[in-house]
Amino acid sequence: MKKVYINSIASISPQKTFDSSEFLNEIIIHEDQVVFAVEPVYKDYIPPAAARRMAKGIKMGVVASKMALREAGLEQVDAIITGTGMGCLRDSEKFLSGIIDNNEQFLTPTSFIQSTHNTVGGQIALELQCKGYNFTYVHGSNSFESALMDAKLQLELEEAENILIGGVDELADYTTKLNKIIHHIKDKKTSSHNLLDSKTKGAVFGEGANFFVLSNKKQATAYAEVVSVKIFNTLSESDVAETALSFLKENNLTVEAIDAIVLGRNGDVEFDGFYTKLSLSLFSNTPQICYKHLIGEFNTASPFGIWLASKILKTQNVPNVLKWNEKNTSSYNTILLYNQYRGENHSFIILKSC
Amino acid sequence: MEALKQELKENIIEQLNLEDMTAEDIADDDMLFGDGLALDSIDALELIVMLDKNYGIKLTDPKEGRAIFESINTMAAYISEHRSK
Amino acid sequence: MSQGVAITGMGIISAIGNNVAENFRSLVEGKKGITTISKINTIHKDVIKVGEIGYTNSQLEHILGLTPDNNYSRTGLIGAIAAKEAFANAGIKDINAFKTGLISATSVGGMDMTEKYYYDYLEHETHRRYIASHHAGDSTQKIAEQLGIDKSLVTTISTACSSAANAIMLGARLIKSGQLDRVIVGGSDCMSKFTINGFKTLMILSDTYNTPFDENRKGLNLGEAAAFLVLESDAVVKAENKPVLGYVKGYGNANDAFHQTASSDHGDGATLAMEKALKVAGYTPKDIDYINAHGTATGNNDLSEGRAIIRVFGEEVPDFSSTKAYTGHTLAAAGAIEAVYSILAMQNNVIFPNLNFKTQMKEFNITPQLELKEKELQTVMSNSFGFGGNCSTVIFSKNQ
Repeated sequence: MKKVYINSIASISPQKTFDSSEFLNEIIIHEDQVVFAVEPVYKDYIPPAAARRMAKGIKMGVVASKMALREAGLEQVDAIITGTGMGCLRDSEKFLSGIIDNNEQFLTPTSFIQSTHNTVGGQIALELQCKGYNFTYVHGSNSFESALMDAKLQLELEEAENILIGGVDELADYTTKLNKIIHHIKDKKTSSHNLLDSKTKGAVFGEGANFFVLSNKKQATAYAEVVSVKIFNTLSESDVAETALSFLKENNLTVEAIDAIVLGRNGDVEFDGFYTKLSLSLFSNTPQICYKHLIGEFNTASPFGIWLASKILKTQNVPNVLKWNEKNTSSYNTILLYNQYRGENHSFIILKSC
Repeated sequence: MEALKQELKENIIEQLNLEDMTAEDIADDDMLFGDGLALDSIDALELIVMLDKNYGIKLTDPKEGRAIFESINTMAAYISEHRSK
Repeated sequence: MSQGVAITGMGIISAIGNNVAENFRSLVEGKKGITTISKINTIHKDVIKVGEIGYTNSQLEHILGLTPDNNYSRTGLIGAIAAKEAFANAGIKDINAFKTGLISATSVGGMDMTEKYYYDYLEHETHRRYIASHHAGDSTQKIAEQLGIDKSLVTTISTACSSAANAIMLGARLIKSGQLDRVIVGGSDCMSKFTINGFKTLMILSDTYNTPFDENRKGLNLGEAAAFLVLESDAVVKAENKPVLGYVKGYGNANDAFHQTASSDHGDGATLAMEKALKVAGYTPKDIDYINAHGTATGNNDLSEGRAIIRVFGEEVPDFSSTKAYTGHTLAAAGAIEAVYSILAMQNNVIFPNLNFKTQMKEFNITPQLELKEKELQTVMSNSFGFGGNCSTVIFSKNQ
């Protein structure tokens, strides 16, 4: 079986990440319950005629995909696989409120079309004229991980050579309101500074697009090798440590071999216990890294973890703002990532320097 | 008629998100589809809703739209003849 | 690595029946399930025809034994019913005996509840439990729960109307590569005002019964349905000495890269998907005995698909028919519904008729199968195409 490499990365997030030469050089401290993406100038990437019907999620996805392709020096890929928890939420809201407000009359197709979950994957294919395999996964916090798993499988079996994968989700006002009334979004504004220690219920919601070119041919630009990815629909808090351990074992790794662990901790007192199970036990001596205080929580926030782990493996530098404990290591070669949302859809990923 | 044409241009720009355009950029006889503004079949559906909503004209077959939406001139002519509001 | 991908169970609920047996009976009797809308409160009630499942939500909840405080969308409810039938059909007793996963497909997810309570959520607490069941993955999580699949590989695919075909494809790949020993694959989509109005804005809904591959076809009828297959590796089949219903032999996905919603004039994506599936199966076009076409009865699909079929099969196009006239277009579930129909066709050596056809299309001379036809079937090809240019083909075979 072939090895799988991350040849390029691109991130549009609530931090200034779209300039790939930087690695969180300046941090934006967010104070609100929802944090919006810092957007690049879309016109630099998408012709106005194509952009006019694109929702924010599509623009973020299309631009992040172009950035990833550019960095990999590719004009075409063999497959496009995207993940999105909610799809183009703004268009879904627009079409739905149109139905209700106008009693099902005078509705127009554009927002309906954009609301289809595979619209980003389809638009990227259209832009690239890529007639290859095109899948979209929509499984909560495992949407992106499913795409990663799929791509890895194809590359290992040499069914493809270069695959563009990405995760994208956008914030939309009404859904934000709904998530506030059910307390999935925090009741009070919380600063990035103390979000992860907030000890309150709910998360701060964010948005963004993170795209990668995966390949079974390592390029000079390569960031990391994707060693393994595994997803679970359910796990109880008491399962997490054991599951992590057997995952490492399956990959012939020990806890000591892990140079850093990237945790999807989001400051929700009800569910951060899952991460604590790892951080206080197995990995108490391992450098721990968190990121959702910078970009918020969303179904495809976890690929930001892959983005930063890739950066760490390549640059051997961990920005202080990401450090969750005081542990350090001389070199970063193997990183474990763990994520879940509200106790569901857990993922474990191992990346290795290459 | 001139007022209607102006109104159509403004509505088209707004409805179809032709962000970088102004009404002055569209000539009355510019082809809306194909070589001119390069609108597509989804835009045609948007325009059909516009006819219904603004002028009370209902088209049931998108094919009917082709001749009507050829240019601002043809649209304005069709609307003046068939409008019910 | 498993050579074969065996189908050992199937389940379905659609407008023409609440289980596999009822669906088969309707298919053979030529009984379509298209009626005017009765279960959704919409202004289009009397004008638009759809394929509705007979059961109401409360009947479905009762069958599943759910408590009144459950937050299952209709997509989750019908999905659970079909998946449970497939599970029982496969005779699965100990779920933990083999590495088991679930891959479902949906396009509407929990939109049925969201559209019902959208503004009400802010005013009253009563239905707020449904807010969290809106997203597409939720229905899959519910189905997994109903099947007792936990701590497992569970995911959801949404590529519009090819979604469930893609779920079958991923499932087959996971079995072949040895990542899973057993996987339940399929899709579920319930009727919603959102999709009814959405397709209405695209002006591709028929105002009468849909007529696939007919010159005067006026568009599609929407349908709601769910169907699932149980796929198992050679090792599981051998260990359990299982009866096998058929095999997933080939599959292919390609993108038309032409338009956001419409298919290209000559079906480039569809052609590629069929060719890829044949290649994976190791077949030539001659090996296909029957094609269950996508055949939505829109002007665009049937022309594009028909031309693609001719591109792939040349002068010798096998018998083909669309079963959309029976069920309506069941969107993300369609690939799974038609997988069940393809397997039923092979099991019973019968081709289901393409209902409502009157006039030959002008653009080509291929005609769908119009009467129920008895014929020995070794292989069936099933096509599913969706928005975003998403084209998928799955090939089923009777023997490995």
